[in-house]
Amino acid sequence: MREVAIVAFGQSDHRRDTAEISEVEMLMPVLHQVLDAVGLRAGEIDFTCSGSCDYLAGRAFSFTMTLDGVGAWPPISESHVEMDGAWALYEAWTRLLTGEAETALVYSYGKSSPGDLREVLTRQLDPYYVAPLWPDSVSLAALQAQALLDAEDTGADERALAGVAARSRTAAEGNPHAQLTGSPPPEALLEDPYVVRPLRRHDCPPVGDGAAAVVLAAGDTARRLCRRPAWIRGIDHRTEAHSLGVRDLTRSPSTRLAAERAGAFEAPVDLAELHAPFTSQELILRRELRLGEGVRVNPSGGALAANPLMAAGLIRLGEAAAAIHRGAADRALAHATSGPCLQQNLVAVLEGDDT
Amino acid sequence: MTKEPVAVVGIGQTKHTAARRDVSIAGLVREAAVRALDDAQLGWADIDAVVIGKAPDFFEGVMMPELYLADALGAVGKPMLRVHTAGSVGGSTALVASGLIAARVHRTVLTLAFEKQSESNAMWGLSLPIPFQQPLLAGAGGFFAPHVRAYMRRTGAPSGIGALVAYKDRRNALRNPYAHLHEHDLTLERVRSSPMLWDPIRYSETCPSSDGACAMVLTDRAGADRAPYPPAWMHGGAMRSEPTLFAGKDFVSPRAGRDCAADVYRQAGITDPRREIDAVEMYVPFSWYEPMWLENLGFADEGAGWKLTESGVTEIDGELPVNPSGGVLSTNPIGASGMLRFAEAALQVRGRAGEHQVDGARKALGHAYGGGSQFFSMWVVADTPPES
Repeated sequence: MREVAIVAFGQSDHRRDTAEISEVEMLMPVLHQVLDAVGLRAGEIDFTCSGSCDYLAGRAFSFTMTLDGVGAWPPISESHVEMDGAWALYEAWTRLLTGEAETALVYSYGKSSPGDLREVLTRQLDPYYVAPLWPDSVSLAALQAQALLDAEDTGADERALAGVAARSRTAAEGNPHAQLTGSPPPEALLEDPYVVRPLRRHDCPPVGDGAAAVVLAAGDTARRLCRRPAWIRGIDHRTEAHSLGVRDLTRSPSTRLAAERAGAFEAPVDLAELHAPFTSQELILRRELRLGEGVRVNPSGGALAANPLMAAGLIRLGEAAAAIHRGAADRALAHATSGPCLQQNLVAVLEGDDT
Repeated sequence: MTKEPVAVVGIGQTKHTAARRDVSIAGLVREAAVRALDDAQLGWADIDAVVIGKAPDFFEGVMMPELYLADALGAVGKPMLRVHTAGSVGGSTALVASGLIAARVHRTVLTLAFEKQSESNAMWGLSLPIPFQQPLLAGAGGFFAPHVRAYMRRTGAPSGIGALVAYKDRRNALRNPYAHLHEHDLTLERVRSSPMLWDPIRYSETCPSSDGACAMVLTDRAGADRAPYPPAWMHGGAMRSEPTLFAGKDFVSPRAGRDCAADVYRQAGITDPRREIDAVEMYVPFSWYEPMWLENLGFADEGAGWKLTESGVTEIDGELPVNPSGGVLSTNPIGASGMLRFAEAALQVRGRAGEHQVDGARKALGHAYGGGSQFFSMWVVADTPPES
């Protein structure tokens, strides 16, 4: 199989509200950052793929606005997924594997601030039997968290959830792009009231706006563009049933299967960037991915520090790649999720060459 | 490295109609998927991945509906991708699916596109709120009519050409049992006297709003060997995009369309498309787009596309049959319309198009476009595998 690597990564500063700028204005500096890093112009990229969501933008074909910003002239080979940018990266990866392209630009963005995200996400549910009840995203995550706390084999408790929150937001103090940084100790967090039992405010991701971009390149092109490319050794994604009633919410078989197919269990990883918007979801993912205590999980702060919808998954891949670029990791796992209660999951394994 | 050849071994579509009140969205997509699997004589377990496409989610009011459709499409435990590239999405979706096989990531992929327009109102779904757009631009017809007028002015085409296209496509649709519009009483005179909607586009020169889905099973060489019916082989596929609006944009013959066609012809080794391609399924939502795309796709010299239409070349028994299925003018489940073009092209070279079969079709072009004439996707399929 052809070697493909992430050779550049950039992201915006993630903020609660960016009413003063458009999606294009939010994205453009990030695009320029990654293109500058590899010394290419948009027109020199062989394939471009993006991820975004009309329901966040509040208009049809919202991706055409940012395509205009990319500067698709002369015309470019380009595609778009109505998914997190992690899946746009996946599509671009297959394009490079075919040999049709040497380089790819992948970007994604989302502004959650104009609407009420908890309400908007209810439109993602079964339109006949579930959506009419308007169960919001925090309530569904709370169902999952409660199932996890009730399960006998997990050993999870509210203290463990608070521990995830405190660790993540403390780690985010080193991340200049994070929206939420710093945290009281777990014991103090447990004194807060519930938002939706058993979730407290610290268990939930911040709502905010942000964008991210990466550049992919194949083989020697990657070596030319990047001092230490983050090679994609494996990448796979799987979906689960939509109906929560037929799923064991304490498990994530799609994550396990994607990790197996991506080769995650063939050798230990030293770093993992998990897209776990809720603290309880990190515990579920850690178990499925068999991450031991020795693995650094979400040194960026993860989705608990910044969760710009449609970009947060791509950011996990980008953060893991950036750690390899700067020599802070040799073999990293990156994970992205979509849908209610971790319905759909993507796992990638990235490696750097020996230095 | 070489790409794995991609074959179409299963094709299925729903009966398209204004409102499929008898099925849910899941029921609609499953109907097309089951027909495609039956055609390939495969079961759900034979499918490695699902690639689904549709136009804006506002058309049904379901955000990222692939999440909800995972169960209905047998995708549980499998990879599922959702493509959205505006009106070209049905074609782009098939191309993304074909890429999974060409890259040898998967061996057999189900690809599907749909729209259930009756769930909402597409015209208002397309009409952006201020400040994105002026309030006058309601729906797609208002956007495209000025470009049709520009074509007429540029080429001096007689004003009756559009009606000829509409009359041809609607008659072709009578041979296609899945087509939405079956207007048995239609006459050329009725097309010409139908109400003017967006000058110069009349009611009968406009696509309908349809509920419908289209599915294809794509597979590798080994899968094609096991196929019960002759496969269609992909000889080229390409996507091109350009900005919506900019100084110098040619709305009549966008460069992205020309570049995209040149790319697929190069891949397929085609130097004279007019002679080498036996049937064309092109995306013609408003009648005049047939002559416009004939030029954009290299079937006619600039300014001469309307002459092919006028002289009957694009009739089903003409030298270059265009839209023998009846096309978008007869059936328009928006997200699926592009995949229907790709699938109908494949049906032709498989010899399985039934009453609208073009005699001796061995090589066919499937074409889709979307947005403000800015997104293009195309493929060339043939009855034999590509060389090398």
